[in-house]
Amino acid sequence: MTEQNSIRVKKKHPADAVMYVAIYFCAAISVALLLGIIIYVLVKGVRSVSWEFLTSVTSVLKGTTGIAGNIVNTLYIIIITMLIATPVGVGAAVYLNEYAKPGKLVSIIEFTTETLSGIPSIIFGLFGMMFFGQTLHLSYSILTGSFTLVLMVLPLITRNTQEALKTVPDSYRSGAIGLGAGKWHMIRTILLPSAMPGIITGVILAVGRIVGESAALLFTAGSSGMLPKGFSDILNKATQSGGTLTIQLYLSATKGEFATAFGIALVLLLIVLGINFLTKALAKKFDVNKR
Amino acid sequence: MNCNAKHIVETIAKVIFFICAAVAIVAVLCITGYMFTKGTPALAKVGVIDLLFGTAWQPTAQTPSYGIFYIILTSIVGTAVAILVGVPIALLTAVFITEIANKKLAAIVQPAVELLAAIPSVIYGLLGMMILNPVMFKLERIVFRGSTTHQFTGGSNLLSAIIVLAIMILPTVINISVSSIRAVPDHLKSASLALGATHIQTIFKVMIPAARSGIMTGVVLGIGRALGEAMAINMVAGGSVNIPLPFNSVRFLTTQLVSEMSYAEGLHREVLFTVGLVLFIFIMIINLILAQVEKKGAVEK
Repeated sequence: MTEQNSIRVKKKHPADAVMYVAIYFCAAISVALLLGIIIYVLVKGVRSVSWEFLTSVTSVLKGTTGIAGNIVNTLYIIIITMLIATPVGVGAAVYLNEYAKPGKLVSIIEFTTETLSGIPSIIFGLFGMMFFGQTLHLSYSILTGSFTLVLMVLPLITRNTQEALKTVPDSYRSGAIGLGAGKWHMIRTILLPSAMPGIITGVILAVGRIVGESAALLFTAGSSGMLPKGFSDILNKATQSGGTLTIQLYLSATKGEFATAFGIALVLLLIVLGINFLTKALAKKFDVNKR
Repeated sequence: MNCNAKHIVETIAKVIFFICAAVAIVAVLCITGYMFTKGTPALAKVGVIDLLFGTAWQPTAQTPSYGIFYIILTSIVGTAVAILVGVPIALLTAVFITEIANKKLAAIVQPAVELLAAIPSVIYGLLGMMILNPVMFKLERIVFRGSTTHQFTGGSNLLSAIIVLAIMILPTVINISVSSIRAVPDHLKSASLALGATHIQTIFKVMIPAARSGIMTGVVLGIGRALGEAMAINMVAGGSVNIPLPFNSVRFLTTQLVSEMSYAEGLHREVLFTVGLVLFIFIMIINLILAQVEKKGAVEK
């Protein structure tokens, strides 16, 4: 049968054409949304971002508007959260993948990890405020915020590490054990280094989540935008209230200070885009290693 | 001796790893415990029916009333409509990425979708305030021209919130649909095409039904995301408790917490904890449904 005689060519499908249009339209929406958001924030925010905006603190006295304090707070929260969440998350993944035998306990741990990742950040915020803030008397502080976020990003790190551990070939394990290494030695010297790209990806994703988080921090870390007052204040800072960039954006926007809000939005957007490209690059590298 | 020391190290390592894994269990138990112990006293003090099904929210009045029915209703209606709007768009975009687009186009659209997921919710809120609300205000003035009973909101209304929510669930639903459509075995597609079905017929009558459990997972995750979103919709939905009609200024379960927790005291604060508990129970139900859907999907495979 030649092409012309084929029944497939002759029959017209008007419904198909409609669907094609709808599909192209919907895909265009997603791309247009992203471009629209980036361009709008860029245009509106670029005027507010200056060296002074990034390096000074908002002060009525000096007449400056700046987000240096919020940047420092965000860094504090990222560092403290990750210092706790990374070892715990990786440890949990190692237990699930290397020690635990399939059974009730493992399925409970996996279910609770899943549940943690499904709990909305406002609930974490509420719990953090009640437990760390009130029961443990940390009140509104960077520590309260960080502890709350640890619970929130834990599933992300556990899951990424687990994925990475699963791709480490079993021959590595039997090889190490066969040479007389203990399990702990094997994990430390063979498994964790092999799984490192996956672990790092998880960590970077978690940092991205922390940078963008707001609802969980509003009632835990508070909203102060001050810089540490001196060298001795650097450690004390963790026990003081500190608003991150997102919180400051929210407060500025609801107060009607849109220039500041868009300036922060631009900074946040650049950080988030940077993190995204970093994870992409790492994932690519990871892929090459596997093949 | 040496052997013994090694044994001790091994045991310690195992215990430490186990403790790390147990953190998730302890955290979920603690959160559940706290939500219930803090959320239930107000139920007893105000009365279950009065609290959950009361329609008047006047926490600071002389004789305060704490009815959160409209707040619950807003969360349900808002989430449902956002899902109805967002899921078809997301599904068609997923079809585009997996089946229609060539490699180059897919390589543009898919990362764009991933980036949408990474944008902080306060930025969605800010853009909603600046772009969506003025449009809504114009629309509101046209729809309610001459109305004497309508309370004008300046565009901060349920409709704005629904649009923001629909946009925010797109990445979740798209990403999961994409991977489940990709996981459909090739022979199903080939068989359908060989029987003379067009590409579109094959996609909608063969591939999507075959991928439905994965797509359902995406939809349920989207519902969870929409129910739990707080900051973005708090910035666009207005600030008064109202029956959820498109042009009413409304409060969701989440936005109720965000906007009143900072100053609430006494019973008012306890009622807010109950609002949190209601949200928590909704989310737990979603989580259980999710576990069921995933289990069913695993069985089908």
